[in-house]
Amino acid sequence: MDKKKSIWTIISETRIIHILLSILLGFVVGAFFLVVMGLDVGAAYGRLISSVTSVKGFSYVVVYGIPYIMTGLSVAFSFRTGIFNIGAEGQFVVGAMAAACIGILLPNLPPVVLIPLCFIGSMLAGAIWGIVVGFLKNKWGINEVLSMIMFNWIAFYLSNFIAGIPAIHSDGTAEATKNISANASTLLSKDLISQLGLCPTANWGIFVALVMTVIVWLVIEKTTLGYRLKAVGANKFAAEYGGINVNRSILTALAISGALAGLGGALHLMGMGGRISIFSSQEGFGFAGIVAALIGCSHPFGVFFAGLFYGALTYGGSKLNLVGAPTQLINVIVGTVVLFIAISVVFERLKYVQFKKKPKPAAAQNVKEGTDK
Amino acid sequence: MSKEYINMETPVIEMRDIVKKFGDFVANDGINLTVHKGEIHAILGENGAGKSTLMNQLYGLLKPTSGQILVNGKPIEMNNPRDAIAAGIGMVHQHFMLIQPFTVTENIVLGTEPVKGVKLDMATARKNVEELSQRYGLSIDPDAKIEDISVSMQQRVEILKALYRGADILILDEPTSSLTPQEIEELIVIMRNLTRDGKSIIIITHKLKEIKAAADFCTIIRQGKYIRTVDVEEVNENDLASMMVGRNVTFTVDKPEMEAGDVVLDVKDLHCNDYRDVEIVKGLNLQVRRGQIVGIAGIDGNGQTELVEVITGLRKGSSGQILVNGVDVCNKPPRFGFDHGVSSIPADRQKHGLILDFSVEDNLILQNYEEEPYSKKGIFRRDAIFSHATESIENYDIRPQNSERRPAGTLSGGNQQKVIIAREVQNDKDLLIAVNPTRGLDVGAIEYVHKYIVEQRNKGKAVLLVSFELDEIMSLSDTIDVIFDGKIVASMPGKGANENDLGLLMAGGKANG
Repeated sequence: MDKKKSIWTIISETRIIHILLSILLGFVVGAFFLVVMGLDVGAAYGRLISSVTSVKGFSYVVVYGIPYIMTGLSVAFSFRTGIFNIGAEGQFVVGAMAAACIGILLPNLPPVVLIPLCFIGSMLAGAIWGIVVGFLKNKWGINEVLSMIMFNWIAFYLSNFIAGIPAIHSDGTAEATKNISANASTLLSKDLISQLGLCPTANWGIFVALVMTVIVWLVIEKTTLGYRLKAVGANKFAAEYGGINVNRSILTALAISGALAGLGGALHLMGMGGRISIFSSQEGFGFAGIVAALIGCSHPFGVFFAGLFYGALTYGGSKLNLVGAPTQLINVIVGTVVLFIAISVVFERLKYVQFKKKPKPAAAQNVKEGTDK
Repeated sequence: MSKEYINMETPVIEMRDIVKKFGDFVANDGINLTVHKGEIHAILGENGAGKSTLMNQLYGLLKPTSGQILVNGKPIEMNNPRDAIAAGIGMVHQHFMLIQPFTVTENIVLGTEPVKGVKLDMATARKNVEELSQRYGLSIDPDAKIEDISVSMQQRVEILKALYRGADILILDEPTSSLTPQEIEELIVIMRNLTRDGKSIIIITHKLKEIKAAADFCTIIRQGKYIRTVDVEEVNENDLASMMVGRNVTFTVDKPEMEAGDVVLDVKDLHCNDYRDVEIVKGLNLQVRRGQIVGIAGIDGNGQTELVEVITGLRKGSSGQILVNGVDVCNKPPRFGFDHGVSSIPADRQKHGLILDFSVEDNLILQNYEEEPYSKKGIFRRDAIFSHATESIENYDIRPQNSERRPAGTLSGGNQQKVIIAREVQNDKDLLIAVNPTRGLDVGAIEYVHKYIVEQRNKGKAVLLVSFELDEIMSLSDTIDVIFDGKIVASMPGKGANENDLGLLMAGGKANG
C-alpha cells in the first residue's frame, strides 16, 4: 500500500460518496413531500439555498453550526472510543451553565482571563458529567446509555434550578439568567460586523471549534492516548490483555467527550444569547450532535462540515415559511439523510460479511486460509 | 483395517466436478467425490482448502456454481439442510448445537417428537433413543442432561440426532478436535459399528493420524482443487501431508538437548474460581525453568484456562503465589506481569490477541506503543511503526506482504497468529505462555509456530505450553505436567511419554506401570 494516497483513493476509501448520495436522496424525499403538499419545489429549495449563500446568511450558518460541531465532535469521539455518548445534551447544558455562572459572577475580570476561564469551567463541567457516568459503569456496571439519558434530565433541571437562584436570575422579568459580562462575550465588534455585513451574533467561536476539530483529529490519529482509547473501543479484551487499563480509558474517553460538549455549551452561550433561559424542554443540541457525528462519519473534519450543514439546514429551514413551506421539512430531510447513511452502513457490513467468507483473489494466491471455519 | 463393510457397487454420494465461486474467488474448483455404502471417507485439506465449502454444498447450506450432486445414484438439488436430511444426509458440526438444560432424549427428538394425541410421548421417545444407542454401541444415558455430560458424550448425542432423523450418510466436521485419545478410539469403534450397519461416513479433518486409523478412503483438496482420492492403506502419513500441503513437511521438531536453568515461573499453591465463582484451580503447583518447555496436558475444563488467566492478570486468584523471577504477579493488572517478564500467546487470538479493526502495524505495538521509537512524548512516529511492521512481516513470514496497514481481521487465521507471535516473541520476555498456539492452523503454519516456540526455549527463555493437542504437548515439551481437577496430578519428562498413560491421567486415572 502506498504511503501517500491521492485524493481519489481517499474519496473511494472513505464514505464521502455515500454521504453525498444520502444528502441528495434526503432532498429528493423532501421534494416528494413538497410535491404532495402541492408546493413549488424550486421555490422552496431556491429559498433554502439563497438564504444561506449570502454573506449574512452564511454567517448565520456558521453561528448556528458551532454548537452542532462541538456536540458532533463529542459524539464522534465517543463513537471512535467505543462508547455511545447520548449524554452530550446534558454535558452541553452543564457546560453552558458553568460558563454562564462564571460570566455572571466574575464580571470584572478582563476578557483575556474571563473567556478562557469560562471555557475551562464549561469543559470541566462537561467532563465531570461524563466521568460520573463512566464511574457508575465501571463501579456497578450500570449501562452508560441509560444513565446518560437520565443525566440529560438531571442537567436540564439543574440548569433551570441554577437559573432561578437570585444571584444568577435575571433582575428583570425574563425567565432566564442575567446576561453574562460583556467581557465574556465572543461576539465580533459591532464595527466589524457592519463592515463585513455579518449577522448580529457573528462571533469567533467557529475558530475555537476549528481548533478543537484539529486537536480531536490529532488525538485520535497521532497520539498514544488516542491509540489506547480506540483500542479499548475496538476490543477491550485485547486491550486489557495488552496491558491497557480499560476502566481508566473509559473514564478518559468520557471526560474528553464530555468536555467537548461542555465547551460547545459555552461557545453557544458566549456567542449567541449571553444568557440561559429557563426551558420547558430539552433544546436538543446533544441529539443534533449525534446527527452531525453520523453524517460526518465520526471523522473530526467530516463532523465539522456536517455541523455546518446542519446549521445551514436549521437556519435556511427557518426561512422556508416565507414561501409557504413548513419548517418541519428540514426534519424530513435530515431524518432521511441519517436513514440513508445508516442503511449504507448496513450495506458496508454486508460487504464485510461476504468478504470474511472469502479472501480477495489477490489474497487467495498466498493466503491459504479463509473459506473454512 | 478392513473394508469388509463397503459395497463398492453402490455409491451413495457422488459429487461431480463441483465448482463453487464467491465472486471472483474460486473456493471449489472441479472437485469429485464418491462415497460408497459402508465407507468411511476422509476429506483432507489445509484450512481454507475448501473442505467445509464442499460439505456445506452436500448439506444444502450452499449451492454449487456448477457441477452435479447425486445421492443414491439420483441427481438431486438441495436448497437447504431440510432437503439434505430428507435425502438421508446428516451433519455433526464441530460446535455442537444442543440445548444444555434438556435431557439427551429431549435434544434428540427435538422437532420430531413422537406424540400421543396432543401429548408428548416421552416414553416412546426414550425407548427409541435407547434402542438406537444400543444398536451402535453408543452407550448413552437417555435421561442425562446435556450440561452434565462430557464433550464426547455430547458428540454422541449429535450423532444420534442425525441417526434419529434417518440419516444414512453422516458428515462429521473435525470430530476429534476436543476428544482425549481414549475417546477418539471409542469414536472410531462407533464409526465402525455404523458402517457395519450400512451407513456411510464422511469426516472432515486435517489430522493425518486419525485418517490412517479410521478412514478407508481419503480425498485430498488443496487450494480448492481436487488433488486425488487415495486408498488409505496404500499411503503413509507423510504422503498424505505432502499431498495436502504440496511440499514435504517435517513432523519432528528439531530440539537440541538443553540443561534447564533457573526457575522463572513458580506457581505455589494457587487457588482460583471460574466464572461461576466455583473453585476450579485447587492448590496448583508448577515450575518452569529457563531453557525449558513445560507442557500442560489436560482435558478442557480442568483449570488450565483459568490458570493462564491468573498468571496473565486477567483473573483474580483467591490464594497462593505466582512468582515470576521472584516477583509475585498474582492479582496484579496484566501490565504488571508484562513489565515483570510475562508474554503470552492467548488461546483466543481474535478476542484477546488482536484488535481486528486495527491495522497489522498497530497490533504489533499493542504493548509497546508508549515506548520509543514508536512514540515520543505521546505522539506517534508512524515511520518507525511502519518499518517495525515491515520487518516483522518479513521475519515472521506474515502474508500477504505489504499488509502493514491492512486491518488484522482481513488476514487468515494462521497469519493472525503469526502477528501475535511476532509481537510476543519480539517482546523478548523471560516467560512465554502459549495457549493452544496452533488451534485451527494447518500443517504449514503449525510448523512455523512450533519453530518459534522451540527457538524461544533455545534462547534460554521459559515456555509454558497449554494445549489440548496431545501430539503437540508430546513433541514440544521437555516436561509434561498433567492437570486434572485443578491440580497437577503427574509430571514426567516429555521424552518417552506415552499417549495412553497421559490420556488415563488426564481423565483422572492412574498410568499403567
